Amino acid sequence: MKHRWESVVVSVFVMSLALGSVQVQPLRAQAKNPYGGDAKMIKVGESQFRANCAFCHGLGARGGGRGPDLSRKPKKHGDSDQDLFSTINNGVPGTAMPPNGATQQGVGMTEQEIWQVITYIRSVEKTGTTLTGNATHGRELFYGNAACSTCHMFQGKGGRLGPDLTGVATARSTSYLVESLRNPSKRLAQGISEAMKEFSTEYETVNAETADGTKYQGTLLNDDSFTVQFLDTREQVHSFDKSSLKSLQISRQSLMPAYDEKMLPEKELQDLLAFLFQQGGAK
Amino acid sequence: MKFHYSALVTLLLITPAFCAAPVAAQVTADRLLNASKEPQNWLMYSGDYNGRRHSSLEQINTGNAAQVVPMWAYQTMAGGKFETTPLVVDGILYATGQDDRAFALDARTGRPIWQYQRALPDDIRPCCGRVNRGLAILGDKVFLGTLDAHVIALDAKTGNVVWDVAAVDYTKGYSFTLAPLVIKNMVLVGISGGEYGIRGFIDAYDARTGQRKWRFYTVPAPGEPGGDTWEGDSWKIGGAPAWITGTYDPETNTTFWTTGNPSPSNRGEGRAGDNLYSNSLLALDPDTGKLKWHLQFTRHDEHDYDATQVPVMVDEDGKKLILQANRNGFFYVVDRATGKLLHADSYAKVSWSKEKDANGLPIPAKEGSPTLEGNRVCPGAAGATNWMSPTYDPQTKLFYVTAREQCDVFSTAPQPYEAGHAYYGSAYFPNDDAEPFYGALRALDPETGKVKWEWKHPSPTWSGVLSTDGGLVFTGDAEGNFIALDAATGKALWHFQCGASVYSSPMTYAINGKQYVAVAAGTTLFAFGLP
Repeated sequence: MKHRWESVVVSVFVMSLALGSVQVQPLRAQAKNPYGGDAKMIKVGESQFRANCAFCHGLGARGGGRGPDLSRKPKKHGDSDQDLFSTINNGVPGTAMPPNGATQQGVGMTEQEIWQVITYIRSVEKTGTTLTGNATHGRELFYGNAACSTCHMFQGKGGRLGPDLTGVATARSTSYLVESLRNPSKRLAQGISEAMKEFSTEYETVNAETADGTKYQGTLLNDDSFTVQFLDTREQVHSFDKSSLKSLQISRQSLMPAYDEKMLPEKELQDLLAFLFQQGGAK
Repeated sequence: MKFHYSALVTLLLITPAFCAAPVAAQVTADRLLNASKEPQNWLMYSGDYNGRRHSSLEQINTGNAAQVVPMWAYQTMAGGKFETTPLVVDGILYATGQDDRAFALDARTGRPIWQYQRALPDDIRPCCGRVNRGLAILGDKVFLGTLDAHVIALDAKTGNVVWDVAAVDYTKGYSFTLAPLVIKNMVLVGISGGEYGIRGFIDAYDARTGQRKWRFYTVPAPGEPGGDTWEGDSWKIGGAPAWITGTYDPETNTTFWTTGNPSPSNRGEGRAGDNLYSNSLLALDPDTGKLKWHLQFTRHDEHDYDATQVPVMVDEDGKKLILQANRNGFFYVVDRATGKLLHADSYAKVSWSKEKDANGLPIPAKEGSPTLEGNRVCPGAAGATNWMSPTYDPQTKLFYVTAREQCDVFSTAPQPYEAGHAYYGSAYFPNDDAEPFYGALRALDPETGKVKWEWKHPSPTWSGVLSTDGGLVFTGDAEGNFIALDAATGKALWHFQCGASVYSSPMTYAINGKQYVAVAAGTTLFAFGLP
């Protein structure tokens, strides 16, 4: 009896090894989308997109608070069909983009469904977005007169109070960026689901006064019911028990000034966009 | 054989006399009936058959809660949401973990006694994580419902499998995530899978053998009562899972269960009708599985408003009630004998319903239906609350529930049904409001339906609530805090940072006169007590 059991166990083990090696192999991206441009597949893909992707990437793939605008081209993580397949199937480590089927929701998409989604994304991509601005002048503005770099980092250079803008060109639409410049408080970068990320950074404005009367202003790093952590305008990190503070305001009024036409004429805005989009473009 | 048996029995009988340590008595059906009389133990998911998640322990109280410290921590070392509520029986703690782990610990030290993990197939279909919410116990067995839709009995002393029964084919999208409920000699379970176009059911199994005693389909077939509330063949994939543990009234021999969304969850096209018994409260005869009455909270649901919140039994002023703060944002007070609604009041922001019918039941507003371009509706898809347990405190006579203030944009995404494949028919997104989402623990007065006080959470939260005779309510938040509040006022008296969001409902127990409060968060089960 014992022997027989052992051999069964061993053969099951070997079998599962064999099966395992099959399963470890990811869905293989063929070089080209088999459905490319197929109108029917675009429609099916749209449904798949809504069910699987739109939660972060928004309706019409125009981007949500969390997910990049996918109507943009080129894509940050590669722009070929094969790249897109790989991004969807394997996720992007270090970002909120999960591997296919690992969202704790559902079982993920089949290979065919992934291609349907890609077909849909291709159908909404805006090609030929022409940027008229002067990127070199945009760079001068970013690090000079427009003072963007006081609070924003770009490719490792700049301040820390606001979001790093290195990858913004591949993540956000032009209109989103224009809105963020002209009216930064309208929509702070909103965190979406605590299920996918334990906390979100929305760059809310903090005004705090300690018991001894010291006043701080800065942007929020994190807070909970009892404590607050923030970066002050001198880029110092602070942590306080909320109950120990004389006053504390956390406001969704952005610290960033609204860059109206006077502060940043349309032409300079275009130059700035050209800088962000061309120099901060895809790899 | 016979001889051996009697020798063993004799040995067992004389053993206690020679042992210094007390020998645990078996958990009998009678002990389960009187669970609230042994508050040192936590004998079932909600503490006792009432579903109140209230304990008469009072060693930790409003006067000393500030001194509470961790006693021990146990790590499952597993990722994903840790949703368990442990059982404690005579010093031993039994709980489940992610990926259908189960384990027994010394409840005093947290040291493991046995560990079990189900060898799950690779192609299971969990809806929302590889989660499990706990065990049930009877005699010398604990019972587990698995993600591959089996019901399993484990030996309480060793964790060995005693019996293992497949309830249904998991590849069609069925799974178990709830803690079973033992009534008499039966193990009751309700199925999960409302995202897969399943046909929901509640099962009862013989605790001794695993043989199925009855099945109640939560979606009636044509010709059966309620069968005419489904369009065409839509009943076959009608959903209505029953994925939260029910309660039991021994006085009338009635078990109360709640059900989830019709499938597909957010698209009503193709399933015209009320879609019974989705999103309903069911009163069943536990001996036969026969339906005594039902009350449907959300008719023809298009927003995933599962009614899978523990139906809490409360007796006040001679009235026998069921209280439920529903995922759809209304707090329902129901006559337990008849299923008649007494009143329904919103306890969170609601926009899906604008009016009530002649019986006082909120009815869906037409303009709330999902559209292709999206329609903003409150509460959002995760609901004004969800599966996390509420609590009822007989001292304050208040009902405490975790409320979530989040609206979503609901959009249709038509798709054909395919067996075993996710079947939402819809998509939803957080709406783009300037006002951020938040959560709150709300104390509701069942008499008036009004909110007595609230403790605001910075973000929507998935923690359940426990109340005790110490005048405390315990809850967690998405920021990782486990918090003790004054049950009368909502003032925070103590908190501990667990290091991960709390996705579970806390419980309490005592050993040798020392009270512990336990909660799962992240990979860790924590037990707290006075130093």
